[in-house]
Amino acid sequence: MAHTEWKDAPGLPDFSLLKRLARDQLIFLLEQLPGKKDLFIDADLMSPLDRIANVTILKFCLYTSSLKYTYFLFFFCRLCFLIRPRIQTVKWISDLVNADKVAGRFRRYKIIFTPQKFYACETVLEEQGVYGDVTTDEWNFYILPLDDDILSLELPEFFRDNFLEGDQRWVTTAGSALRLLQSVYGSFSKVYGIGRCAKMVYESWRELMEDGEQRTRQPEFAKVFLVDRDVDFVTPLCSQVVYEGLVDDLFRIKCGSVEFGPDVTSSDKSIKVMLNSQDKVFSEIRNEHFSNVFGFLSQKAKNLQTAYDKRRGMDIQQMKAFVADELKGLKQEHRLLSLHIGASESMMKKKTKQDFQELLKTEHSLLEGFEIRECITYIEEHINRQVSMIDSLRLLCLLSITENGLLSKDYRSLKAQYLQSYGIEHLLTFANLRQLGLLEEQQAGETLTVMESKVGKLVNDKTVGKLTDAFSSLAKKSNFRALSKRLALVPKSGEEYDLRVPRDMAYVFSGAYIPLSCKLIEQVLERDGWTGMEEVTRMLNGQEFAVTGGSSSSEARSKTDAQRIVLVMFLGGCTFSEISALRFLGKERGCRFIVVTTAITNSSRLLEALLDNSA
Amino acid sequence: MSRAKPEDDEYWNSSKFKAFTFDDDDDEFSRLKESKRAVNSILVDDDDDDEEEEEEEDGVERVSWSGEPVGSISWSVKETASSIRSGSEQSFPKIDTTPSLSKQGSGYSLSSLFKAKSKPFQSFSESFSDTAVRTYAPELRKPKSDGKDFVSDLSPEETVRRMQKGRAFSLEKFRSLQDKLLLLYEAVAVYDGNLITAVLIYLKKSLSKEILFRELMARDVALRHYVHYLKEMGEQKLLVELMKALGRTEDMALMQYKEHLNIKDEGQRRDFLKSCLGLPFSQDDATHVQDHYTLLERHIIIEASDKKADAEIFKKFPRKASILNMPIITTLYYSCFYHYGESEGTYSSPANIRKTFRISEKQYILTALGARAKLKSWFDVDSLFNTKNWLGYTKKRSPVGFHRVVDILQKNSAPVNVLQEYVNLIDNPELKLSVALKYKCHDIVINTYRDLKDRQELVVYREKLERDSPEYRKIQELLNNVQIRWKN
Repeated sequence: MAHTEWKDAPGLPDFSLLKRLARDQLIFLLEQLPGKKDLFIDADLMSPLDRIANVTILKFCLYTSSLKYTYFLFFFCRLCFLIRPRIQTVKWISDLVNADKVAGRFRRYKIIFTPQKFYACETVLEEQGVYGDVTTDEWNFYILPLDDDILSLELPEFFRDNFLEGDQRWVTTAGSALRLLQSVYGSFSKVYGIGRCAKMVYESWRELMEDGEQRTRQPEFAKVFLVDRDVDFVTPLCSQVVYEGLVDDLFRIKCGSVEFGPDVTSSDKSIKVMLNSQDKVFSEIRNEHFSNVFGFLSQKAKNLQTAYDKRRGMDIQQMKAFVADELKGLKQEHRLLSLHIGASESMMKKKTKQDFQELLKTEHSLLEGFEIRECITYIEEHINRQVSMIDSLRLLCLLSITENGLLSKDYRSLKAQYLQSYGIEHLLTFANLRQLGLLEEQQAGETLTVMESKVGKLVNDKTVGKLTDAFSSLAKKSNFRALSKRLALVPKSGEEYDLRVPRDMAYVFSGAYIPLSCKLIEQVLERDGWTGMEEVTRMLNGQEFAVTGGSSSSEARSKTDAQRIVLVMFLGGCTFSEISALRFLGKERGCRFIVVTTAITNSSRLLEALLDNSA
Repeated sequence: MSRAKPEDDEYWNSSKFKAFTFDDDDDEFSRLKESKRAVNSILVDDDDDDEEEEEEEDGVERVSWSGEPVGSISWSVKETASSIRSGSEQSFPKIDTTPSLSKQGSGYSLSSLFKAKSKPFQSFSESFSDTAVRTYAPELRKPKSDGKDFVSDLSPEETVRRMQKGRAFSLEKFRSLQDKLLLLYEAVAVYDGNLITAVLIYLKKSLSKEILFRELMARDVALRHYVHYLKEMGEQKLLVELMKALGRTEDMALMQYKEHLNIKDEGQRRDFLKSCLGLPFSQDDATHVQDHYTLLERHIIIEASDKKADAEIFKKFPRKASILNMPIITTLYYSCFYHYGESEGTYSSPANIRKTFRISEKQYILTALGARAKLKSWFDVDSLFNTKNWLGYTKKRSPVGFHRVVDILQKNSAPVNVLQEYVNLIDNPELKLSVALKYKCHDIVINTYRDLKDRQELVVYREKLERDSPEYRKIQELLNNVQIRWKN
């Protein structure tokens, strides 16, 4: 297989330490509260919690799993809430406290915010008159290691809050996460980044490090790369075709585990499976293009059969050894194999039903800028037939980004048809997409420079207090076509691409497109900075930076393993396809990438975060 | 992280806590550190101030917040900050400054790093930055350790720093507008949304909305935080006022329109939508909102009559859900399913819906086709595509490709003879053949191969068929036909 471990790969730091730290702090916090209590856990926190502390350690508390229900039976007079710092949730708790007060029930309440508390939440407590009745604390659970090389902040709301609403509440959180990594695993020698948020996170991290005590240690990461999600929207909008990405698109991987339904398990039960490097079968196929997976699995099945067959003709002694040493492993492999075969089958079925090939063809045409009219017709029919609301939106966004916005006529007609098919309230969704620059109408005759000078004039003019439409008018252009040309993201068509022997990162999209985000990382690491990429960064709206770390002494620069480990932080989420591409790149360049992300994302999650069609 | 506070012993009986005050760890040691800092800052600040004043007197060009930060607060603050920490190691580098700023030494312009940042500060006029220096510079000279309530003596910058660390602070002493804005500026400068919102909450309480709106207008970052905060708090009214004050009428209209999602009762929802019609939407959106109102009005009428309808069709295919709040296309499908053939005058007829909502022919055909095929009314399906030419012959035409039509028919399990008819209408012969193969329309496959004179393909195809089926025999006959000149 193409992706088996190569010999001199640098070892990765042991991230289970992070889990232990978080678990210890949580236990400490809970033990601070004397006596028995009801513990309420935010629904969003259940899976992450599951990963760091199995439920038995929480056994001493009775807990209810979700805050979504409004009806509770309260057993104890102490209530503890473990929640994300959200105003809505705090309001709900305040109402509960006030209802208790009215009913004359006397209880004690404690809210533990994770990863941190926000002043706005505490203000709600104050305004509702329950501040003091409710005490608060913080559980600084910043990072959840999802796998050997994936660390997640588990903050899907980062994307909308930061990029759509322009709320920087999570900047410090991301900075704190980096500080945590640095204080546990040591320093770095170089930091690169691109994007407005990346810059802020870096600054926040720097401030935190200057304030805190400094520990000089042998660095465990050579380099750090920070990248904003809005630098590259194209990649997360494409259909994923590597195995792990496809599983995520179809079954939704949640916190590193997935639930396979009856159609996969071929029984009447659903099974929850952990998907990580511990799963020997999965770790070999996760980065593979889907078209290779079947062949691999059937080969694997044959091998398994041979291994089982070995026991024929064994004498008693050999048989004993076989049962003791191998059988368990084989059985385990057998089970995993049949699961993944089931999953592949089910994916094939789903994909053929949806005319997947046609969909992929349209995506590739859009990336290539080829036969755009046909693409528009396809999207139109997709909308008319009321097939998947998210897929239609995804194609519209891809069309708009790759084409630098839609022609006025097309924009209006497609929008109208979309609203007719999926509901007029999506007006609000369109407004969001427009604000983010994901789905726009081309401004006739107005180029970027004209816009810039116009805005520049307004800013300099001191009397202009009414610079109003700052939000939308500054929406940036994607320049995808030019970027793609410059960075050679789309290989020349007509060339055969052997997916079994990938030659570059484009294999994660069937050889049709190299993820922009990953290409940037590759280029910057190669050049050790942004020099020579001025035109590219200009098209990406600038905001790039590269700084050299002071603490890395000359000895740290020596060829230790750590020097070949690169930490990449995606602000606003990253996809499994990007992770696969980076793994491939690491293998090519003899380094390892560790991905830190605010959350794992894909096209559906990205767009669902921007929907505004329900209360 | 190990920021757990030991003073949290009083977990369950802490009603004495006040808003925004956290237990302050002002033991002697930290006081010592405080005073040491204060002493350090005196010297440094004096120098800085002198420079500032000199520059001022010299009439050296002073630039507002948005411009080059020559002698502006943004950099004097930064200078102060970095010199306070001068003892600490410089190991963590700042992002390289651009060449044009290198004359500034260690200071760098925040605004030049973040283009969008330049706007928030442009309304700090020159005179303001002067006074701002004066107002807080003297305070830095004050030793902080002697004051009983030193928390209230802190400069905006120090206050923000304390907030960042989650330590006790007080905003009440920032009473002048300039102080408030400086505080906001400092919060924005450290990129901490949590603090920006905290300061905005204070400003919201202590400034009239007109003044607050006016100041926010030129501060994009703060404004967006404020808008988001109001959204989360559900302060719809204030939000609408803000948008109005900012002149962002379209945003305001959308924001008001969004409220309909919270209304459960359909009658009230309809009335609310009606009240939205006059809002200043963009031209396109106004049409859509008008449609939304008309649609819901229509839904209510149709729902009322169909709920108790006892026509044959309703008995045969009971409705699975109400039609309320469904999209236009779904409504059209519904009406093609239950109300096909009604005259255009009735609200529930397909023709009326098509006309009212300006549905294109293509959309109409696709939807009606789906609905009629579901009911297996192949006659209706046929008549959808029939057109008469000037000689009176009927001919089938379709605004969508016939392969799509076949797709839809097949999904609704149309019989082979219906499918065949439409497969035959596919123009492109290759597409026709592949569709015919896909859906097993034997006659078409056989005829196509016959026309292509492709004997071999016919032989191959014969093997796929059941022996002695009519198709099998047909191939057999063809193969035995000596008059055909096979190409292979």
